[in-house]
Amino acid sequence: MAGVLVSTTINGDAVDFACPQDETLLDSLRDRVGLTGVKEGCGTGDCGACSITLDGRLVCSCLVLGVEANGREITTIEGMADGNKLHPLQENFITHAALQCGICTPGFLVAAKVLLDRNPNPTEEEIRYALAGNLCRCTGYDKIVRAVQAAAKEMRKRK
Amino acid sequence: MGHDTSYTNQEFKVVGTRVKRPDGIDKVTGRARYGADAYAPGQLVGLFLRSPHAHARIKKIDTSRAEKLKGVKAIVTSADLPDLTDGNRGLLDILENCMARDRALYDGHAVAAVAAIDRQTAKKALKLIKVTYQVLPHVTDVDEAMKPDAPIVQDYVFTSGVDPKPTKPSNVSQINEFGHGDVDKGFAEADVIVEKSYKTEQTHQGYIEPHACLASVSPDGSGELWVTTQGHFGFRITCAQLLGMDMAKLKVTASEIGGGFGGKTHVWVEPVALALSRKANRPVKVVMDRDEVFKATGPTCSTSVDVKIGAKKDGTITAASAVLRYQNGAFPAIWGMLGAMTSFACYDLKNVKSVGYDVLCNRPKVAAYRAPSAPMAAFGVESTMDLVAEKIGMNPVDFRIKNAAKEGTLASYGPTYGPIGIGPTLDAVKNHPHMRARLGKNQGRGMACGFWFNFGGQTCTDLNIGIDGSVTLTVGTVDVGGSRASLCLIAAEELGIPYEQVKANVADTASLGHNDMTEGSRGTFSSGMATIFAAREAIEVMRSRAADMWEIPLDDVIWKDGQAKAVGKKHGNLPTLSLKEIAAKSPGTGGPIAGHSEVVADNAGVSFASHICDVEVDPETGATKVIRYTVVQDAGKAIHPDYVEGQFQGGAAQGIGWALNEEYIYGDDGRLQNAGFLDYRIPVCSDLPFIDTKILEIPNPTHPYGVRGVGETSIVPPLAAIGNAVSNAVGVRMDHIPMSPPRILKALEERNS
Repeated sequence: MAGVLVSTTINGDAVDFACPQDETLLDSLRDRVGLTGVKEGCGTGDCGACSITLDGRLVCSCLVLGVEANGREITTIEGMADGNKLHPLQENFITHAALQCGICTPGFLVAAKVLLDRNPNPTEEEIRYALAGNLCRCTGYDKIVRAVQAAAKEMRKRK
Repeated sequence: MGHDTSYTNQEFKVVGTRVKRPDGIDKVTGRARYGADAYAPGQLVGLFLRSPHAHARIKKIDTSRAEKLKGVKAIVTSADLPDLTDGNRGLLDILENCMARDRALYDGHAVAAVAAIDRQTAKKALKLIKVTYQVLPHVTDVDEAMKPDAPIVQDYVFTSGVDPKPTKPSNVSQINEFGHGDVDKGFAEADVIVEKSYKTEQTHQGYIEPHACLASVSPDGSGELWVTTQGHFGFRITCAQLLGMDMAKLKVTASEIGGGFGGKTHVWVEPVALALSRKANRPVKVVMDRDEVFKATGPTCSTSVDVKIGAKKDGTITAASAVLRYQNGAFPAIWGMLGAMTSFACYDLKNVKSVGYDVLCNRPKVAAYRAPSAPMAAFGVESTMDLVAEKIGMNPVDFRIKNAAKEGTLASYGPTYGPIGIGPTLDAVKNHPHMRARLGKNQGRGMACGFWFNFGGQTCTDLNIGIDGSVTLTVGTVDVGGSRASLCLIAAEELGIPYEQVKANVADTASLGHNDMTEGSRGTFSSGMATIFAAREAIEVMRSRAADMWEIPLDDVIWKDGQAKAVGKKHGNLPTLSLKEIAAKSPGTGGPIAGHSEVVADNAGVSFASHICDVEVDPETGATKVIRYTVVQDAGKAIHPDYVEGQFQGGAAQGIGWALNEEYIYGDDGRLQNAGFLDYRIPVCSDLPFIDTKILEIPNPTHPYGVRGVGETSIVPPLAAIGNAVSNAVGVRMDHIPMSPPRILKALEERNS
């Protein structure tokens, strides 16, 4: 393996890893950094299970190379809670039963947080379109949309 | 030990409440470990080489160059998987599906596998393996496969269920007939008869987590398998049999499962991963790519169905018949038989006959997909029901109510029903506000009914009470949708303690007796039943401990609200002993307190649902949008209503995808053309409305709480409900699923020309 050294910031921590040039950031995060909360559902950018933010922008980590992360800031599901305190989205996903198998949940939470950070009061339609890049096969999305609505309401109250 | 499974109509304290699931935090923080999330020291990466041909003789596999590549530790072909099945053809079929033997039987059929130090090396090695194929004629369409001159997929298959026994092999593996009465006589009595043919295309369960496992076999013949599965005990049996291992020496641990819907009830890559590990003497991790999941795991059948229904002008059905042809992929199965069994199960019919054909094609081996076979049969039957209702000028809901099965009905597939929910779901549909919502231009409404058997099966459960009074519930059914929450509720209910005091775990195969797969909607039904009995055993132990502590007869001790109470005039003044108090004293009163239960949970209680759907069809593009959707289903008893609703909504959404978009598209070359989520499009969030649910509770008389399975029935009505809605919106009867835009445009063009 002709490895390349990559220096990044992941969930606020400085992290270095070495990876082959053709390795996806998804594989680097999972297999080299140990962040297995980032899930692979398709490897082609169609399911959103591997959603992370790269310099604040929502991306599918399967469509980014590990080497492209050099010098950039990454957040993953593992960085969403504030210590022991769950993010309101995480809390509401549990209380609204917005997950069944849970494999898509990390990607949905990351995508939903990007939405609410940008738009604290989204309509149902805006939520549905913002999450249209994330596939869920268990829930029919009903309880996911309700959880995001409830989290948004709670976050607006806190401000 | 025998237990009374009768329904007792008890009052519930915690069952039926919407508590937080115990695995919730792990799943929202990324901590939960799924199939691909395990790592072992020295692990290798396993990858598969797959056939590009739909049907080909494998003349030679040359692995010599790949073997020489640095970093390659093992290569496995069928030569490394000798036939140990001792004449068990079904088991040999499983082995042959995992790794092709002399022929590749479908596009994507595994022909070799490599274990190497990393993914890059394994990929290089696959390219160095040279396979010499002789391409053979293939067939991928179910009706084509039944023609006399069709290429034969398996030459050992002779049609069973026909007399005399055929002398030539056939792609029809079996024919099964169900029903009663005299349909010819019944049709002669009918005022109207509708006869129509339908087709449905092949779809995949589409679980978001690809198949994944970590296999480790030691030179002493023992092994471990970490795997995403709906049933690790079943996987252990199959893998041990195929590889000649002792079952006791193969420990299988079920990871968290990222969706299964039936597709993870079969082994695919796991026996090969074990074979690679055995050969390399290193742990091997295999994670399927999405295109491998589409090509080489088990989608559901494509079908071709003819339905005929005759009725009197007053709406009484006089006869009903169906012929159902189900494409099973390259290996014989029972899906056409199940289709025939389910087809008319919703109705009380004097004269009924359904004939199911199971047909082989050069497509992947079909696996279960949520109420397998029932949705396609329901599409044909429920579409025809609407046509008959229209012809006699009757409201389609009233027509169904008039003919609905009820307690005492002789079901078309044999048994006589006990108390069932089809009538109540139809009444609920009739009275639902959805039925009165106004429809706009290009919009249409449809409804349909669905049935599923449900299954109970072998179940084994342990319940252990710690000295602090906390309760460990150990189950062997994989949790696919929140069952651990439901089972903790049941244990808490029985013991009379708070939900939070119970922790449910899914045990590995070394820690508990055999449990059948989580399939047939059995998880909460059967493990719930076993949990009740295990808790009742533990209560007996605690009563006895309390009696000893009080030095009074056992008969004078009762268990109520989580406490032992002494009853009778003599002991009335004794203070109660709580579960916690008894547990704290247990080391000195006889040791650990536990309850255990093995059951074959029979009489799972059949399940019925009725769905209502409103659609809007764009006449320019042929695209259909679901604008309203309502699910009404009998749950028997909803242990955790959130997750019951979740099953209703999830099944409906899968049905919507199947009805409108999803299909396997094969080229003339027999290759799958859309093996990815971009071209095989499942519903996304913006495609769907909120899905309204109504839970009915008609108790199952053979479960102490009245529980019925709830997981599968919700996928049965959607194809037909949406088919009826689209047909009403466009004014043309839709008879081919999915009703994708090109098919709808074609139907509109035919209407206009």
